[in-house]
Amino acid sequence: MSTPLGMRGWTAVLTAVLVIAVVVPALNLLVPPESVLHLDDFYVTLTGKIICYAICALAMDLIWGYTGILSLGHGLFFALGGYAMGMYLMRQIGTDGQYRSTLPDFMVFLDWKELPWHWAVSDSFVLQMLLVVLVPGLLAFVFGFFAFRSRIKGVYFSIITQALTFAAMLLFFRNETGFGGNNGFTDFKRILDVPIDQKMKVLLFVLSGLVLVGFFLMSRYIVHSKAGRVLQAIRDAETRVMFSGYDPVKYKLAIWTLSAMMCGVAGALYVPQVGIINPGEMSPAASIEIAIWAAVGGRGTLIGPIIGAFFVNGAKSWFTVTFPEFWLFFLGALFIAVTLFLPNGLMGLLRRPGGLLGLWRKLMRLGKDAET
Amino acid sequence: MTGLRGARPLAGGRIQGWLLSVLLAVLALGLVLLATPAQALTPEQALRIAEGDSEERLAALAEAVAATDPATDKTLGVYIEALLADEVKHVGGRAFIVQGEAVRDAATGQPVALPEGAEDVVNNNRLRRAFEAARSALQLFSADTEERSRAITGLKESADEAMLPLIDKALAAEREPALKEQIQQLRASVLVSSNDPARRLDAARLLAESPQPATRALLIERLGTEDKAEVKAALAASLAAVESRLAWGERLGVLFTGISLGSILLLVALGLAITYGLMGVINMAHGELMMIGAYATFVVQNLFRTYLPGLFDLYVLAAIPVSFLVAALVGALMEKSVIRWLYGRPLETLLATWGISLILMQTVRTVFGAQNVAVENPSWLSGGVQVLPNLTLPYNRLFILLFAALVLVGVALLISRTRLGLFVRGVTQNRRMASCVGVNTARVDTYAFALGAGIAGLAGCALSQVGNVGPDLGQGYIVDSFMVVVLGGVGQLAGTVYAAMGLGVVNKLLEGWQGAVMAKIIVLVLIVLFIQKRPQGIFALKGRSAD
Repeated sequence: MSTPLGMRGWTAVLTAVLVIAVVVPALNLLVPPESVLHLDDFYVTLTGKIICYAICALAMDLIWGYTGILSLGHGLFFALGGYAMGMYLMRQIGTDGQYRSTLPDFMVFLDWKELPWHWAVSDSFVLQMLLVVLVPGLLAFVFGFFAFRSRIKGVYFSIITQALTFAAMLLFFRNETGFGGNNGFTDFKRILDVPIDQKMKVLLFVLSGLVLVGFFLMSRYIVHSKAGRVLQAIRDAETRVMFSGYDPVKYKLAIWTLSAMMCGVAGALYVPQVGIINPGEMSPAASIEIAIWAAVGGRGTLIGPIIGAFFVNGAKSWFTVTFPEFWLFFLGALFIAVTLFLPNGLMGLLRRPGGLLGLWRKLMRLGKDAET
Repeated sequence: MTGLRGARPLAGGRIQGWLLSVLLAVLALGLVLLATPAQALTPEQALRIAEGDSEERLAALAEAVAATDPATDKTLGVYIEALLADEVKHVGGRAFIVQGEAVRDAATGQPVALPEGAEDVVNNNRLRRAFEAARSALQLFSADTEERSRAITGLKESADEAMLPLIDKALAAEREPALKEQIQQLRASVLVSSNDPARRLDAARLLAESPQPATRALLIERLGTEDKAEVKAALAASLAAVESRLAWGERLGVLFTGISLGSILLLVALGLAITYGLMGVINMAHGELMMIGAYATFVVQNLFRTYLPGLFDLYVLAAIPVSFLVAALVGALMEKSVIRWLYGRPLETLLATWGISLILMQTVRTVFGAQNVAVENPSWLSGGVQVLPNLTLPYNRLFILLFAALVLVGVALLISRTRLGLFVRGVTQNRRMASCVGVNTARVDTYAFALGAGIAGLAGCALSQVGNVGPDLGQGYIVDSFMVVVLGGVGQLAGTVYAAMGLGVVNKLLEGWQGAVMAKIIVLVLIVLFIQKRPQGIFALKGRSAD
């Protein structure tokens, strides 16, 4: 069933890998700062951050664009992955914290004498990395199992996922929960005993980029597989799928859990690059933003959400520097414009017969005609 | 102590012994003492209150307090006022009240000339407290009921045994049953700290009748210091009695705050019940429409303050229709410009209205600033009605309760009895059929959405009376209010009411048990579990229209 990428597709993928793994590190680390070609550290971190967002948007696309389930709680899975990573990073600080204690600073501050139970494996990189995917995956599985089984769908599902992330945010805001309360985790020093310096950040950037490319290929394989077809059929007519003898719950649960795990990985890559994780990532607003990245780029295409994440977040960092007070106006207008005029997002704009891509092709043809 | 030359024979060399004997006499011969002719403040007493070391002055004060009859003689009261105002000087064995140029004799109140070399009387904090207590005790005899009531409240903080004679006299003189009971309690709370175990025991038993929350603290404190087993047992028994009495107030208090929260949720959710329940539009900007209602109230308040300061108390009445209209107007604009293109696509309305909410929030930030603005309660909404000693129902909460009920009735009538309501129901049930029989469905949609928005504005107006008004006002309620609608069931006003009240009360009950944050989390988890059982809410629509 799977459609091969084709020559152009693979070229594009290889180019992306080349840019991420060779060009960017070289421009940042090897080219001297005074050169015009030098890529500033700031942009490496910013792009790395947006790549993590793009992974989320891709995960959102699988569940929303291809299966028709709008989750307003994906920020929770992202944050859970981030927190799992953050716990390991906190332990890596060792005794270099403010209080020179073996415990993380916020625990010393709360006068705790030993690590709480949920920090049991936080010293082990391998186990903690497993938690990065297992915790969001398990939560999504359990929640999805109950939700899909009782056939909660559509808006109901969206609102309940929003309530879920809202409840989790309140929980993580509490100091007693053991995740640093309001302030979350910050002030990381090293990973695997290697200090987090610019080289490490570039490495993390490369890793995030490669993960994004990997997830993209995986998603492409999935949506073109037979299971992927079933997912799209569920999106378009769930009752008919059920009457045709398929069990939609299994498919939905599988893609939902996978999507949550992808977000967890994105969170884990995000935290060491940005250097902080706090419960704000779980706010309902943050989750809705993930949905808007996918919507802006174009649901139901795989490249669309990635473009959407870059477009929206690029615009965000430009606005918040240049016109901070206009950012929300722009974002709000974008939400409205996309839902009203661009149901297929930027990709729809490109692919439409009268769209930019079509316009470009028409121009080329006109040029050829003129030549002959 | 040798300097003590009282008008009465001294029972012992120590002040306490002396005090005790006086007090015993007072208690045993309560009425007899009342019958004995009261003495006015003597010049010699006045001097001793003003001069000497603190112990002696306190003793003299106690003596004067015990001897005076405040109903007929005001000199002691005036003297104590002057002492508290630092207006007393003394010289040559006499005390004078010096108010500017006017000088009077402290004891007789007659104008006199101030002799040379008069010294200021200086009072330390301990003396001041004693004077204040004495002043309150004297006010127990005021002709003004309010003042007596205030005096009792004041004495609860400061009274000691020295004031007992006055309290006893006041008790005998008091005609107001409610105040008499309060004085009785006051007396017991003074006596429970007495040095006489028998008297402590009596007082401990008497305190079991007390309806005051402060008694519990007093009893707990005394229980810690008491050493006589018998008294201790009586104290413990009284404590149990007081606590069980207070428990009712507390339970009712929780119930009331729960219903109050429920009424707020109801107001917030009623608008949603129309836009979401009837029209299928997920209006994420609902919270921002509330915020607009609250800001409209703020503007009306400022206009009243500037142009009609005399009618300031009535601004809320004007703000109610204004907040409704402003929010309804914004709602109508939203519907006309964005939402009408999105009917039947709830997820799209969710995203678009979220965008609108961001724009509205930023607009308000740009116009009014990011800080919270101050909305004042009118005087008739401040304060509250005291139902039980430890249960006060604030007027603003009661107002919202009533307001929510009125809005509910209004909406229910509007939907069930009016032509617009008929059209709205018709369009909800079958848009094409309604259109075929001549209903202008587009206009009905606009009106219905504007109505939902207007109710959000009303909710904002009500919220401005109990909470902060800021650009983020709506954000805090959006998850809760959607929970109410989801729990109550779509298209059901009755379900919305039950869900709002239930959520409010359950939330507050859990809050008392686990704290605010955990309560919220538990409620959300319960809702998720509940939806498992009944995916369509408490009142599910049945039949064909259900899907």
